[in-house]
Amino acid sequence: MDPIEAVKTTFADQVLGTGAHAGQPWVDVKRDRIADILKMLRDDGGYDMLTDLTAVDYLNQGMAERFAVVYNLYSVKDNVRTRVKAWVPESDPTIDSASSLYRSAPWAEREVWDLMGITFKGHPGLKRLMLPENYEGHPLRKDYPLTGRGERMNFPRYIP
Amino acid sequence: MTEPRKTVMTVEEELEGDLGTKRMIVNFGPQHPATHGTLRNIIELDGERVIKLEPEIGYLHSGFEKISEYRTYNQTVTVTDRMNYLSPLCNNVGFSLAVEEMMGIKATPRCAAIRVALCELSRIADHILSVGLQAMDLGAFTVMLWTFIEREQLYDIFENVTGARLTTSYTRVGGLLRDVPPDFEEMVRKFMVKCSKTIDEIEGVLNGNRIFIDRTVGVSPVPRDVAISFGLTGPLLRACGVPYDVRKARPYSGYENYQFELITEEKGDAWSRYRLRVREMRESLKIIDQVLKAMPGGPIYVDDPRIVIPPKTAMNTPGGGMEGLIYHFKNYMMGHGVCPPKGEVYSCTEAPNGELGFYLVSDGTQRPYRWRVRPPSLYSYQAFPYMTEGGLLSDVVAVMSSLNIIAGELDR
Repeated sequence: MDPIEAVKTTFADQVLGTGAHAGQPWVDVKRDRIADILKMLRDDGGYDMLTDLTAVDYLNQGMAERFAVVYNLYSVKDNVRTRVKAWVPESDPTIDSASSLYRSAPWAEREVWDLMGITFKGHPGLKRLMLPENYEGHPLRKDYPLTGRGERMNFPRYIP
Repeated sequence: MTEPRKTVMTVEEELEGDLGTKRMIVNFGPQHPATHGTLRNIIELDGERVIKLEPEIGYLHSGFEKISEYRTYNQTVTVTDRMNYLSPLCNNVGFSLAVEEMMGIKATPRCAAIRVALCELSRIADHILSVGLQAMDLGAFTVMLWTFIEREQLYDIFENVTGARLTTSYTRVGGLLRDVPPDFEEMVRKFMVKCSKTIDEIEGVLNGNRIFIDRTVGVSPVPRDVAISFGLTGPLLRACGVPYDVRKARPYSGYENYQFELITEEKGDAWSRYRLRVREMRESLKIIDQVLKAMPGGPIYVDDPRIVIPPKTAMNTPGGGMEGLIYHFKNYMMGHGVCPPKGEVYSCTEAPNGELGFYLVSDGTQRPYRWRVRPPSLYSYQAFPYMTEGGLLSDVVAVMSSLNIIAGELDR
């Protein structure tokens, strides 16, 4: 059985839609049982590599929710890819961590937390990855201006 | 109540018992000659043994993903140069292919062939430097100097073709900046003869070298399933025996027309990575030879005035310049030019360090709504603590140089 169809039948109340764009299949899901869905795709569907984990901020785009956490999965054995997208609301930007399922997840999730401000529940050490620890804000959000905040001159000068 | 500590110990007790040595925290980097970039590792040591290693990254973070949301697609090509600065042409090609995939256009045969040739030259530039630095870190300084000579030759070729040594910005969406110069083939042929000789010399120096073998064989082996779970790609994954290469798994830019071997090694240790890189360079030379032999003629840009940037001659020649001028104006005006349809695409290419992926979200305008790079170095470096913990401090250097971490791509 096709793994995406299997997810659709098992998690019927979680799947919001499936489809393909430019020949690439995708699945839209709710965030509540994302760890179970990924576990099923990994164990039964053969998607053994989490190629990439990222997030998109759909501010005022008329989407279901503001944020989407995107999982790009790849099966080394079958040479197929799929993309799982979990929608995360603006009021409560949290989602379950995939760190226990894939070893590639922890840093990618730290980066998403750092730049997009989405909290991952059950992460072994969620702290900023790219920016300094005393940085305020999450720069990849669409309401964060390109200039005017967080530039070098805004930090206190280091005097040894 | 605990027993009081013995003050006098026999020699056997002293050698085997716990002497209560203090653990030491060592800062390795960010300014350390063996890190090859601004990387910092906080290492907890018990004598010579690494107990815990925690990488700290982000020293070269430049916000490329945010910047690109404010650039048009062709302007974003310049941003990709700065990521993997050892092989910027591979990044250029990867990005252009992603946008082309999104718009559903296909590059002309000549454009695709030139892209393949330059990608493979970049792969040699990256691999040969990686091998040289790996040897340098383990004491063979001569090899590094030899590799730098080859790298200079390659940079001369890149300069001749693109006009820049490092910040090439050579590709455009649907084509290239300009055609290759007439002496391109001659230069590359000359380089290929010399390079294959240098690879022989490198192998002659390193393959039987006692010190090099002792310090790399069996160091930091990674099992297959762990490597896949870590998301390792490229040379690191193939060194573990997994035959995954994007050029074979998802051929792009006409790679399916060229004959080359998919190279794998078995052990997944630092030695396998060195062997794999050397063998891959020979395969790259084979591909370049095939490309040069069958270089097709014809245009380098797709035949679509909506996305082609007209050459200067089409704009300022007297009498024939009006049409070109209009297209140029339309192309640079907001709302025209390269505007992929709404949607999202994940496109990947085989960069020298592994799978370089571009996840693009378009809202139908001239600028990417979201532009995510999947940097191979980020996922390779995440596996670094797994590879080094429990080993010796001296192995940290040996492993790091075998991973070929590029800080510009790691931090973006």
